[in-house]
Order: sequence, then C-alpha cells, then structure tokens
Amino acid sequence: MFKDITLGQYYPADSVLHRLDPRTKFVGTLAFIIAIFVFHTIPGYLVATVFLGSVILLSRIPPKIIFKGLKGVFMLLLVTLLFNLLLTPGEPLMQLGFLRITREGLTMAGKMAIRLIYLVTGSSIMTLTTTPNQLTNAMESLMRPLKRIHVPVHEISMMMSIALRFIPILMEETDKIMKAQIARGADFESGGLIQKVKNMIPLLVPLFISAFRRANDLAMAMEARCYHGGENRTQMKPLRYDMRDYIAYGILGGFLLVAVIMRVLS
Amino acid sequence: MGIIKALKLGFNYLKYDDDGKVEETRRAIDDVNLDIEAGEFIAILGHNGSGKSTLAKHMNALLTPTEGALWVEGINTKEEPELWKIRQKAGMVFQNPDNQIIASVVEEDVGFGPENMGVPTQKIWARVGEALGKTGMSTYHAHSPNRLSGGQKQRVAIAGIMAMRPKCIILDEPTAMLDPIGRREVLEAVEELRRSEGVTVILITHYMEEVIRADRVYVMDSGRIVMTGTPREIFSQVDTLRHYRLDVPQVTLLAYELKKAGVNVPDGILTMDELVNALLPETPEKAFTAESITTSAPDETAAAVNMTAERRD
Amino acid sequence: MALELKDVAYTYSPGTAYEIHALRDINLTVPEDQFIGIIGHIGSGKSTLIQLFNALIRPTSGNVLCDGEDIWGDSYDRRALRSKVGLVFQYPEHQLFENDVLSDVCFGPMNQGKTREEAEVEAKKALRSVGFPEKYYSRSPFELSGGQKKRAAIAGVLAMNPGILILDEPTAGLDPKGRDDILGQIAQLREERGITIVLVSHSMEDIARYADRLIVMNKGRIVYDDSPREVFTHYQELETMGLAAPQVTYILHRLKEKGLAVDTTQDTVPGARDTILEALHAAGTQKEGRADV
Repeated sequence: MFKDITLGQYYPADSVLHRLDPRTKFVGTLAFIIAIFVFHTIPGYLVATVFLGSVILLSRIPPKIIFKGLKGVFMLLLVTLLFNLLLTPGEPLMQLGFLRITREGLTMAGKMAIRLIYLVTGSSIMTLTTTPNQLTNAMESLMRPLKRIHVPVHEISMMMSIALRFIPILMEETDKIMKAQIARGADFESGGLIQKVKNMIPLLVPLFISAFRRANDLAMAMEARCYHGGENRTQMKPLRYDMRDYIAYGILGGFLLVAVIMRVLS
Repeated sequence: MGIIKALKLGFNYLKYDDDGKVEETRRAIDDVNLDIEAGEFIAILGHNGSGKSTLAKHMNALLTPTEGALWVEGINTKEEPELWKIRQKAGMVFQNPDNQIIASVVEEDVGFGPENMGVPTQKIWARVGEALGKTGMSTYHAHSPNRLSGGQKQRVAIAGIMAMRPKCIILDEPTAMLDPIGRREVLEAVEELRRSEGVTVILITHYMEEVIRADRVYVMDSGRIVMTGTPREIFSQVDTLRHYRLDVPQVTLLAYELKKAGVNVPDGILTMDELVNALLPETPEKAFTAESITTSAPDETAAAVNMTAERRD
Repeated sequence: MALELKDVAYTYSPGTAYEIHALRDINLTVPEDQFIGIIGHIGSGKSTLIQLFNALIRPTSGNVLCDGEDIWGDSYDRRALRSKVGLVFQYPEHQLFENDVLSDVCFGPMNQGKTREEAEVEAKKALRSVGFPEKYYSRSPFELSGGQKKRAAIAGVLAMNPGILILDEPTAGLDPKGRDDILGQIAQLREERGITIVLVSHSMEDIARYADRLIVMNKGRIVYDDSPREVFTHYQELETMGLAAPQVTYILHRLKEKGLAVDTTQDTVPGARDTILEALHAAGTQKEGRADV
C-alpha cells in the first residue's frame, strides 16, 4: 500500500537526463518550479507542457511511473483545489446553498492544479533520474558556501541520503507490522480520531524500535567501513560539469526568459 | 605474531540505571586467547549470547577490551588513536543485510569504504569493479539494493569490505537471515575470496554445515573459548557440542548414532562421501564385523522402530 | 474447522509493469488436526499463500472457504476468521509492543472482545503452552532473548484460541538448541490442543521430523502435496527447484546404489540408523553364510 510513492525512488535507465550533473538537475528543477509560477496564461502553460513533455521523453522513463508520484499528493491536490474553488471571491457562476463558485475561483483552481501537478511531476523526474546519493552530493556542493558559517553541510547531506535509502525499507516494514497486528485482531480503520490514534500504538512502537535498531546497526557498519566524517574523504563520483550541462543551463535560461517575457507582455 | 592475537581478553557490558550509575555488569568475554595466522579460515561457533559477536567486534576495534589486549597486525586496538586504520585491515560484514548498505546504488555502496579511506577517484572505480567481479555482482552494479535478494545484498556487503583491501575479513553471522540459496551464495563468495585473494577469513555462525571447510574451529560458551580444533576434532564430540546448545550436521549425527550402535565408523564424519565410504568401502570386510552388529543392534532397532511408529501416528 | 482453497490465483499489482503472478491454480484443503509443512524458496509464493489463509489478502480469482463458507462473502466476519486461523509472522519484533509480556499476549484476546481478566486467563494458558517461564511475565518483551521473544509472539496468537496455527519460519535466527526447543514445543502444542499446525520452513530436516504432510511450492504453484516420505522420493526433482531432501535421504540412496538394501524412504536420523543397521546385519549374516559355504 505504500509502494506507490514514487518520490525518492531512483529509476535506472540510460538517458541524457540520467547522465546530467545532479547540480544541473537540481537547479533545473528549481528553475522549472519558478517558471510554472511565473506563467499564468494558457499559452504560457502550453510552453511549460511542451518543456515538461520533452523532458519526460528525454528521461526514457515510462510516463506511467512518473505520474504514479501524483497519487501520493492526490489528497493535497484535492484540498487545494476545493479551497481555491470555493473561497475565491468574484463573479458568481453557481450557488449551492452557502457554497458559491466564482469565475475567478475556477481559474484559480485550474491554475493551482496545473502548477501542483507540474511541480510534483518535475521533482519526480529529478528524483527518478538521480540517485539519492548524487542528489545529496549536489546539495552538499551547492551549499558549500554555508560551511563558512559552520553549517554541517556534509553531515546534513549524509543524513539525507541515508534517510532516502531507508524510506522504502521502513515503508515495507510498516506494511509487515500492520499485517502482523491485523492477524492479532488489531483494527486500524474504525473508531473516532482519538481511538484511531490509540490504535496506531501497536504499529508505531515496533516501527520505532526497529528504526532505532537499524540506526544503531548502520552507525556501526559505517564505522566498520572507516567512516570518520567528511575529513579527507574522496568521492567515487565527484561532480564535474560536462558540455551537456552547459547546454542544459542554456536551455533552462532560455526557458526562464520565455516565461518572464510572456509574463511581461501579457 | 599472527594477524589477530588476543591475550587474556575480557569485556564487560555495563548497564546503567536512570541516574547514570552502573546497575549491572555482565561479563561478555572472559579470558580469551587467540592467535590467528594470516590466510587461515577460522570459524567461531557458539549459541546466541555466547559472546561470539562481542569477540568479533573486538577484532576491528568496534569494541575495545576491558581487560587484556587484542592486536591486529601488531597494532594494539587500545593504543591506536585512529581506529579506522585498524578497520581497514580487518573488515567486518554484519548479520542484517539491509542495515549495512549505506548507498542506494550497489556500486556507490561498494565505493563507500574506499571514499572514507581517501582513495583517489580513479582507483575507487578500479577497486569497486574488482570487488564486484570477485563476488559475482558485476551485473548488478547499477541496481538499487532494495531489489536484490538477501544473498545478493550480503555479497554487496562483502564486496564493500573487499574494496577496502583488508588483510582479514570478519563475518558476523552473515547467513543467519538468509534462505538456503542465499546462504550458499554467500559461502561461495567467501570461499572464492579466500582462494583468489588469500584473505584471512573469520566466520562467526551457528550453522554447523558452514564450518566444515574451516582450518580451525573455536567454540564459545559464556564468553569463553571452550573447544578448539579442526572441524573433524570438534564434530567428533557430539555430546559436548549438544551441551553447548549446538548440533552437528545430519551426516555426522547419523555416523555417531551408527557408531554407538556398534558399527565401525571413524569419529567426526563430515561429508556424505566419507560416511558412504566408511560403511561400504571397496573392500567391504574392513567396514564392520558381523559380531559387532549382532551384539548391539537388534533390541535397539526394535525399540527405535516403535518410537518412530508412535510419532508417525 | 477446515479451510479450503479452490482454484485460487493471486497477482501483485495486476495490470501494471510490476505485475507478478504470485500464485496460480491453488487447490488444497487444510483439515482439522494435521501437521503440515510448507517449503519453497523465496518467491515461490508460500508467504502469499499463508496470508490468503487468514484473509490478510484477497485472492485475485478463486475462493477461500472456511467450513464451506466463502470468507470473502459480503457478510462474512473476517476479523472473527483471523482468530480462528492464527498467523505468526517470522519476526517477533513486528508484533511485540506492550510494556510487559503478559499485556502483549492479552492484545489478541482483548481484540476479540474479552475483558482484561478473561484475556489474562487465555494469555497465561497460551504462555504456559509455549513453555514461556512465568518469572518473565512482567518483563519488557524487548529485553527477552530471541527464543523467548519468539515464544511470546506465538503465545500472542495462540491466546486467541485458533483452530489452525500458521507459523512462518519460527526458527529463523535461533541457535540449534533454541530451534529444537521451539519445534518440540510446537509439536506438543498440537497434541495438547488438537489444532492444525502449518509450519513454513526452509529446513527439510525439521519438516521430515515433525510434519505428516508436506506441501512444496515452486513458482507460485503447488508441486507436491503428500507425506514427506513420498515427496522425498522426488529428491532429484526437488533439486531442480533449488530445494533439497534431508541429508539422510541422499545417504540412503547412495548406499542403495552401492548395493546395501536400505529403505530409502526413511527421512530422519533414527529411521536411517535403523534401516542401515538392519541392512548391514542382513548383509553381514548373508556374507557369513556364504563364507561358511
């Protein structure tokens, strides 16, 4: 039941996107997110769609897998849509009791839907084409300036990459614990809110204990493999910009420029 | 001096109460002496809680002795300020395959050790390639560990240690969580490393079948080494092993039972071939004498048949 | 009570790229008072099969019947079924959560609607049945040894008084003595309570010793469903599936090939010892007789 979450799950394939420097992909994703908030007209969204579509094609990842990531945020999407739809003041289109749908609300909801879907899809593509380790390397490298103000950049990135590795394992474990407790007659569905929270205890206690045990084991395994912080550490996959990265930055710049020009002109 | 040497090694686990005072002291290792030569295949047997894992953790300085001392290639683990220099010589593979893989891609995980040691990038790749090849995991280099079987994950963990080029590899119950196929894969990988690299192997286990090929076996109980010898010497003492909560492979047990019933088979049979040849040698007369059987077998046979019949019902 | 699986198939993620046919054409009956062993390596479908037994998953096609009633029928009480068909998973760490062992074992019976007092009666009975020492009742389940944790976990399911008790590799991670103790206790449990035991195991030796019926799974299908002795006569076929008969089966076959008249269907050490002794005795007297002539 938890296996549908795409975010963070690397999908191995041989594509230009997979080979891009993770920093390029990270900055690129940020640029794309900015762009979809800059666009606000239908032609603008068309440009974004073409861009996203080409990226999906380039990634060589089956679209089905990319869009599976949306399932995880479906509820969030629905809530945002409803809020925008019902709470935006403006010219009324429909009145259902005290609920009123306005033209502005409709457009706003539409825009938010497109933005959210594109945002999730865009970041999914990044995580699908980049291994968590590359991604954290990229963040470590991009955040390096912060080291001067004593931010533990290496430690943060190591923590994140380990968290990403263990999310799927803990998800699977949650599933197993749930089944073991259901087999003992546990009920995770019925009851009010407080009852439901109480019912989660048989799930959460074993899960936390297991997570602590894993953390302990892992710390020991890392020490056994000579881990002693970021000092004097070399990298197996050091980050180096290639020609394709400069080209990618060029395309991204162009894309952002189009976004800004369209915004200014409309 | 051998590659790993322990002298009067003792270790206490301390349990603290809420105020941080020592509430309970448990002796996990008691007066252990070891001298392991480079290139040896050593097996350490013992039931759960016998202290075998605690001993293993001393061998790469994850724990340091309360009493006595342990040397890895002549370095006293208590005196070396930079412990990772010891860990690089004596690599350790743990029981749970999931909890020792750090990276989300196989090759990146194998490269983790060399990265920590400060090996230059080009050389990391060479080491990773070699280690994956030796453990038969090359085809999986770009896979996510989550999609591998237990045996494959353990082979990745072994490759991760081999990439550090240790002199000695300590495997702490590497097969306890695996199915028979995974178990075989891991043991074959270890055997291959021993053959091609001449690395010293210290295998900690409670599966008796796995120690047959060891040069020397240590049996532990309550933190002490209680038996030492070749697998044959150890396995010929079926009752003593049982006393230490261990058993022997079925073939050894069968040979032992036959011997008890008066059949002339040697002590400490380890393989099926040995037993079959002992029972039916090319010149059959040597195998047994008819008297030895007639004297002891019939009554016991009858009794045992009854016993079996009862259980079958 | 009896369970029956009729033409059951189970597919993971049907209709997607990850589609896996975990089970196909499964037909079997789990009757009262039997010791059933299930063997098969990882991916053979055995874990899926046991989850079907107590309605943790729903078959993609086919029916699961309990005493003739379809357990996926609209009005069927599946929670009640789960207390009739107890399932103990491999890792006790996945179910132990209370502050003390006794309360943890009470969890199941209390979910059945019993009061704490009634539940404690059942819990104590179950803990006694699995040989869990009384002095540890108030201990935290997390401080127990591996073997005791496993006992507490089994008691946690047993306290619900199931008619069928399914155990998924109860001996994983235990040392040889711990393994023998637990298996002995399980065999005794069946005698004591007359319940059906379904034991999932990797060890043919253990199954040969305790089970009176052996189901072999391979690639999602039942390959053999017979007495262990009968199944082990197919030891060569078992090998092609990555499985193996007990060591003694091989020894007996080798001896027979070399001309010793042993009974190759023996599958335990005492059984093998006896047939070898008998055969050696016969061969010995025969030879002696010949020598006399």
